[in-house]
Amino acid sequence: MEDIIIIFLLSLLAITAIAIIFMRNMLSVIMLGSIYSLLSAVIFVVLDAVDVAFTEAAVGAGISSVLFLSAFAVTGKRQVLKQKNKLIAFVTVSLTAAALIYATSDMPYVGDPNAPVQTHVAARYIEQSGSEVGIPNMVTAVLASYRGFDTLGEVAVVFTAMIAVLLLLLRREEEELDREK
Amino acid sequence: MKNNPVIKQTSFLLIPVILLFGLYVQFHGDYSPGGGFQAGVIFASGLILYALIEGQAKAEQVFSMRLARILSASGLLLYAGIGVASMFLGANFLDYNVLADDPLQGQHWGIFWVELGVGLTVTSVMLSIFYAFTNFK
Repeated sequence: MEDIIIIFLLSLLAITAIAIIFMRNMLSVIMLGSIYSLLSAVIFVVLDAVDVAFTEAAVGAGISSVLFLSAFAVTGKRQVLKQKNKLIAFVTVSLTAAALIYATSDMPYVGDPNAPVQTHVAARYIEQSGSEVGIPNMVTAVLASYRGFDTLGEVAVVFTAMIAVLLLLLRREEEELDREK
Repeated sequence: MKNNPVIKQTSFLLIPVILLFGLYVQFHGDYSPGGGFQAGVIFASGLILYALIEGQAKAEQVFSMRLARILSASGLLLYAGIGVASMFLGANFLDYNVLADDPLQGQHWGIFWVELGVGLTVTSVMLSIFYAFTNFK
């Protein structure tokens, strides 16, 4: 039953992706992208990864759509089609797709107990996090305690992104003020 | 669209719930799905909804651009500060065991403050980026 649900959701994902390719109105693209994220979130729920699903729904479907919308309010709402270099684009996409499909042949099956992800540190987290960290949500224990250093890096990345956006957008504002003077 | 009464009333009904849910996700992340990242995004989207309905001038009275910049830096500083604090108490960087007498209590406090730092930074970064785009002409 779960397999049928996953296949159904994955085909909806594929349909959404194909629809995005043929859309020219950026508003529709953003909305479909939001739907894509929401579908991924549902797939994560089916795979029992609720924390990831939560993040995908909040960040992917929620805030990034809003940020895209406010960005397109600045840039304009229609995609300008360029007819050149179609062959190069086709070759690049085909090669990347072929490489990705080739790479999946090496991947372990979902839930395979011998997969590297299960045999490395996951067992320690599952068995010991209750006595070592002592909070019920194992994901938070890994994210904030075992992998605290990584999360610090993530927060630094988010902060750097803000600095970059402000540098790009606010400098323009000050230049205009200078011009007015 | 701003003057549409349906949108306005519905949003005013929803904004407090969104903000409250953001706080719940922030402080209940130890027990249920969630944590600083998700909470920050949810809290920011509540404020962004307010900015969309009432205009940015009113939103900046609640959460100004300046406040957003200060909070985004202090969230990151709080996170790194917890790491430095544990170093001063004689353990490795970000080893929360020494933050309290009982290692488990120390872990609990460490995670609480670290997640709060994440939440502060994410909320204010999302708001700053939104403000930067809407201010851009």
